[in-house]
Amino acid sequence: MTEYHFKTPVSEEKTRKLRVGDVLFISGTLLTARDSGHERALKYLREGKPLPVDFSGMALYHVGPVVKKEGDKWRIISAGPTTSARLEMYEADFIEKTGVKIIIGKGGMGSKTAEACKRFGAVYAIFTGGAGALAAKAVEEVIKVEWLDLGVPEALWVMKVREFGPLTVVIDSTGENFYEKMRKQVEGKLKKAYSIIGLE
Amino acid sequence: MISEETLTEKIARMVSTAAIYLPDDVKEALKKAYEKEDNPVAKNVFKSILDNIKVAEEEKRPLCQDTGTLIYYINAGENFHLLGKLPNIIKKATIEATASTPLRPNAVDMITGKNSGNNIGERIPWIEWEITPESEEAEITVMLKGGGSEAPSLAKTIAPGLGIKGALKIAIDDVFEAGAKPCPPVTVGVGLGPTGDIAMKLAKKALLRPIGDRNPRKEVAELEDKLLKALNALGWGPHGVGGSTTALDAHIEIAHRHPATLAVGVATNCWASRRSTLKVTKNKVEFLTHKFLNREEGATS
Repeated sequence: MTEYHFKTPVSEEKTRKLRVGDVLFISGTLLTARDSGHERALKYLREGKPLPVDFSGMALYHVGPVVKKEGDKWRIISAGPTTSARLEMYEADFIEKTGVKIIIGKGGMGSKTAEACKRFGAVYAIFTGGAGALAAKAVEEVIKVEWLDLGVPEALWVMKVREFGPLTVVIDSTGENFYEKMRKQVEGKLKKAYSIIGLE
Repeated sequence: MISEETLTEKIARMVSTAAIYLPDDVKEALKKAYEKEDNPVAKNVFKSILDNIKVAEEEKRPLCQDTGTLIYYINAGENFHLLGKLPNIIKKATIEATASTPLRPNAVDMITGKNSGNNIGERIPWIEWEITPESEEAEITVMLKGGGSEAPSLAKTIAPGLGIKGALKIAIDDVFEAGAKPCPPVTVGVGLGPTGDIAMKLAKKALLRPIGDRNPRKEVAELEDKLLKALNALGWGPHGVGGSTTALDAHIEIAHRHPATLAVGVATNCWASRRSTLKVTKNKVEFLTHKFLNREEGATS
């Protein structure tokens, strides 16, 4: 387990060094997208339309923040990760087409994302779910927001962060997937759990 | 007399507080889980959770950005003086709390996908009613139900021959399948009854009970203990990193069933089990969950 401090954008060479279990802190620009953001971005890319921000070498955070507008400036009040599994249907495509290198969320992602991480040198890391107040403390400012018509949670937020973390790498660029291993381990304990409620 | 305006303000204050401060029983359970955890990765996760609780309280920020779907449970006396006004009071309080806290706008139109921006929408906020005969007071509870932990919630009807064991197996399988997704350690509510909708309502209501609380019926209380033990035997741990606490508690609520059906509802909540209750009489509002509000505001109008 090694601790890394990255500044975005990062090179593939750097993200390829990360391994499952490593701890990561990120400074620089952090981009956000959830379901609708992924869907629209992929639609734009299919239609050859430019995206409002450059994702290459960037970190993409699965989050729908609580925000407050003060004058003409947005402030992030609470910003913990959302459940990444919902984005499994988009993420492999997104990694391939945008060049994003660090995906951040919670709860784990599936084999399609792991395969894309392997091919394109990306990683998936988790922030403690529900720890929205803690996450928001690392946000220095909101640089801009795009696609606000999708609603506050689904909009594409561009934030400047400082030492955002600790993030734990759970899928690395060798395609290793921590949660898949965990699932097998837990599956092995099901029998014991059943026996506690009196089932053979 | 407590006016419509006063009650609106107090409910808004309660909702706002529930988004920032966890109930004491939940905080205590998380602290205990942190102390007894041996897995170092899990211990770190618990530390982040406890740090986050502290930051949220110190800076008065919602502890999680998903401030949930607002579900209100009203237990009102038939002679409560604001009975008929309650739907409107709750609507206004929701709008106020959304703006002042702020809460995340979480009400999305089913057809257009448009977010209403103020947590008000078709049938939302949802209100569950119970009327008490001959009473003049009301208890109003709010649950802030996060989306991630709602994904594993389910209702299913099984053959009564499979028994309660068969029903509890559904809850175990559900928590197994959910893994890290609902932000464990979870609290699990199980409802057992004649139909899917009744079972689900009971399951959700079970989530309102404090951690450590046991069903007054001894046999059901024993089932709660067993289910909790079984869930923790899975070893998912906090956020699925492995560890001894996968569930903070399991609560079971029952109703008589139909001879041919055994319906089971499973409702899961994240570690941030956010709820708050206030009691209102003709001349007084008292906060029952977040008692410090009584000192801050003065209990009366």
